[in-house]
Amino acid sequence: MADLTIEREVVIEAPAEVVWRTLTEPDQMSLWFADRVELVVEPGARGYMQFGDQGGPVVVETVDPPTRFSFRWNHPRGEEPVAGNSMLVEFTLTPERDERTRLRVTESGHELRAWPEAEKQRYADEHRSGWGEFLDRLTGVLPEGRPG
Amino acid sequence: MRTQADDELWSAIADPSRRRVLDLLINNGEVSASWLAGRVPFSRQAVSKHLVVLEEAGLISRRKQGREVVYQVEGDRLDQATRAMAGLAAQWDRRLAAIKRLAEAAHAEARKERGSKPRGIGGDGGEG
Repeated sequence: MADLTIEREVVIEAPAEVVWRTLTEPDQMSLWFADRVELVVEPGARGYMQFGDQGGPVVVETVDPPTRFSFRWNHPRGEEPVAGNSMLVEFTLTPERDERTRLRVTESGHELRAWPEAEKQRYADEHRSGWGEFLDRLTGVLPEGRPG
Repeated sequence: MRTQADDELWSAIADPSRRRVLDLLINNGEVSASWLAGRVPFSRQAVSKHLVVLEEAGLISRRKQGREVVYQVEGDRLDQATRAMAGLAAQWDRRLAAIKRLAEAAHAEARKERGSKPRGIGGDGGEG
């Protein structure tokens, strides 16, 4: 499905349980993520993250220790965050041998909601390029547009 | 955290059909809405709506050419959008690197407190 997704991963030399705690405990989150984190990591919980002088609400979606954690953010003020008006951040932890953990994060915005299914499918079939390719093309056509 | 202006850019480009419209404008210069409508798998009405959103985000502009209205890409704004998106990916890389540092430090600490490396869990021989 063609949609906007950023996907990144890293292999960590620690068991999934340790990575999970770093990922989800608010005092730990404030070390790697926002400057201030007010969040209870439970499905449906609402929280707040402060970045410098800016901040925004987050809503926890999936909590499945120690393998899956997701939340939505960047939804319009005053609206319920749902697919279509917000960005979904999903963390997946995959235990690997020798107490290693593969941590993958995706941030996605599925904006195809307004389309009839058939049209979605047709479009997806015709344009399988995701955000990454689009970015590559843009940087290709814009001589000064190389990301720094 | 993105700003309001970034959000507008973001949602303007997040939609794949708008990316398609933008793509066509990038590759073909100044073209009209009907020209665009002939090259996408959605209706002329949908094209018009997408053009409005793109224009509001500052990514394209319009001008009259004879009796026609033609659209063109605003390079500076598009450049800004590109940088914002690339910046977002880099931001996640930095966060993941920080998680890695923290988790590995916590793990090393826990091992030290246990006094010895655990045996039989992963084995010490399997590095690499």
